[in-house]
Amino acid sequence: MAVGKVTFTKAEREKLAEVLWLLNWISVVTGAILFGLGLFLKIEIQKWQEVMSDQGILYVPHMLISTGLAACCINFLGGKICLDCADTNKFLRWKLVMMPYVVCTFFFTSCVLAGALMCYSIRSQLEESLFLGLRNAMRYYKDTDTPGRCYLKRTLDLLQIQFHCCGNTGYRDWFQVQWISNRYLDMTSSAVVDRLRNNVEGKYLMDGVPFSCCSTFSPRPCIQQQVSNSSAHFNYDQQSQQLNLWRRGCRQTLLDHYTGIMQSIGLTVLLIWLFELLVLTGVRYLQTAMENVLRLGDPESESDGWILENSLAETARSNFNIIKNLGKCYQIDDDPNINVPTAAAEQEVLSQQVQIPVTS
Amino acid sequence: MPFMPVKFNLQKRVKLAQGLWMLYWLSVIVGILIFSLGIFFKIELRKRSEMMDNNESHLVPNLLILVGVLACGVNAFGGKVCHDSLDPIKFAKWKPMLKPYLLLCCGFNVLLLLTALLCFLMQFAMYLTLAEGLKNGIKFYKDTDTPGRCFMKRTLDMTQIEFRCCGNNNFRDWFEVQWISNRYLDMSNDEVKDRVLSNVEGKYLMDSVPFSCCNPGSPRPCLQHHLTNNSAHYDYDHRTEELNIWTRGCREALFSYYSSMMNSIGALVIATIFLESVDMAGLKYLSTALEMMSDPENPECESEGWLLEKGVKETFTELLAKLKMLGKTNQVEEGGEAATAAT
Repeated sequence: MAVGKVTFTKAEREKLAEVLWLLNWISVVTGAILFGLGLFLKIEIQKWQEVMSDQGILYVPHMLISTGLAACCINFLGGKICLDCADTNKFLRWKLVMMPYVVCTFFFTSCVLAGALMCYSIRSQLEESLFLGLRNAMRYYKDTDTPGRCYLKRTLDLLQIQFHCCGNTGYRDWFQVQWISNRYLDMTSSAVVDRLRNNVEGKYLMDGVPFSCCSTFSPRPCIQQQVSNSSAHFNYDQQSQQLNLWRRGCRQTLLDHYTGIMQSIGLTVLLIWLFELLVLTGVRYLQTAMENVLRLGDPESESDGWILENSLAETARSNFNIIKNLGKCYQIDDDPNINVPTAAAEQEVLSQQVQIPVTS
Repeated sequence: MPFMPVKFNLQKRVKLAQGLWMLYWLSVIVGILIFSLGIFFKIELRKRSEMMDNNESHLVPNLLILVGVLACGVNAFGGKVCHDSLDPIKFAKWKPMLKPYLLLCCGFNVLLLLTALLCFLMQFAMYLTLAEGLKNGIKFYKDTDTPGRCFMKRTLDMTQIEFRCCGNNNFRDWFEVQWISNRYLDMSNDEVKDRVLSNVEGKYLMDSVPFSCCNPGSPRPCLQHHLTNNSAHYDYDHRTEELNIWTRGCREALFSYYSSMMNSIGALVIATIFLESVDMAGLKYLSTALEMMSDPENPECESEGWLLEKGVKETFTELLAKLKMLGKTNQVEEGGEAATAAT
């Protein structure tokens, strides 16, 4: 009771082989596309890596890159195999390789699916990583003289300018960190000393934001200091306040940016997965059809192709038995070269009972 | 005595036709490239036309677009002729058109040369337009409530951020204009009144720059105000401070951007001139080789192809004589008419 049984004539087999050769070459191209998408995502993530606290998100592009390369190799080999499969004589060359090839391609196709699903599931981890990363970046904004953190100011400024965002959740996050280094604060000034003393941790906090938070859409020159004090500036009404700085938080903006990219990549990878599945099914049919032709002995005759020889339950059962017996093989030691004088007869009886099934 | 003759047998003719066909299609692709570069250049000019007072000349991109389209057409025709050249019946159709076509190609080459020259010479006009436009841009920075100028502030801020520049020549240009609108100045404040009165034209001038001049790579938070006053900021010397704001002027920045674009386009046009000349030479050889076949029925025969039927000097003198004859025929006709009119 085969699964998906289809009968092929000789002409149909040859046609199938040709079509599969073409599809395999298209798959090489899609594999290259997959590789390119992975590379693009890696570069996009690395651009703003400094504001992400953990680098775990990088396994998504790495997965895409490796599956892309694997796709190119596997489908290149598949193209070669399918071209030879049209002729029964040439098929004999590949007969032993075909089954492992099909199994390999099946696992590889599931990797592609896993890659696509990862693209969609990464959002929560990314949000956490961005939250922590941006918080640290804002804390170390002033440390332009500390090695390892000297470019954090520049990165954060460029981020806020490019993505039109300010702070982690909003511009008020800047009120809670000291973003002016002590090197540039005049410690002899009483105003500075007062402000430092006001704060429990001795930080110089103020309701001011860096220049990169300034909105280019504001009709008035940017107000960076005393942002929340409307009486400190002339004609500083509600509307001016709204337009003055970027209102969005950088975490949300970056999250949206990366989610958008990964959703499009995920969709493309899903389409590639469907295509690979199609190619895999075709190769499996071709493999079984060619093997059946060889079994029948007459190259001109019709033959059956299928996906699974027996039903799904039986195949699962037989595979499970194979794995069980593999385990049993290693337990019983019936190697004749080992001299075990005691219970030799017992072992002989046991070894006769073990059946090593033949794999199809 | 033909100029640069080459002997062709059948194989060579076929090879020449095939090679020339590929070269013509390459020229079509180059024509498409010139067309798209023209469109790209036009878009770039439009994007920043506010910085140039909406006064910029679109002559170069329009000419590039025209030249690109012409190149496609001319070279596609040449390719078709080459493709048909090995079939005598089809080639006979094209034979009478070849001479005018080659003259057209010559004219096209002259047009390409003109375009390349313009690419290099219009840069001077662009420099002057940029200087004028930026000066006005800085002047109207504060007029965000005047219709027609309300986006000048935004455009100038984005230009300064994108091109990493400040002001026209340098950041001091901002010290000479009032870039904060009166709407946001508290006229009842003494300080403000002092500053406005101390200026001849009643402008509120200060030694400050807008935030878009700030350099993100500076190690200290940006200092925008009181830039020339060392005591206004802790540990600040305005003479040695280089990283705080962008020191380059926007005119230089924009000009170098546009001039590199125009230079590369000009270089591509010059390369196209060479390509077209090679095409023309190849076509001339092919057509003369096919015409000069001693036995038209036998395709295997040898023939000779050349660039010019007589030497360069002789062809030139013939051309001049022809032109003179054209002039004289008009005169003779007039004389004849006058004679007939008189009689």
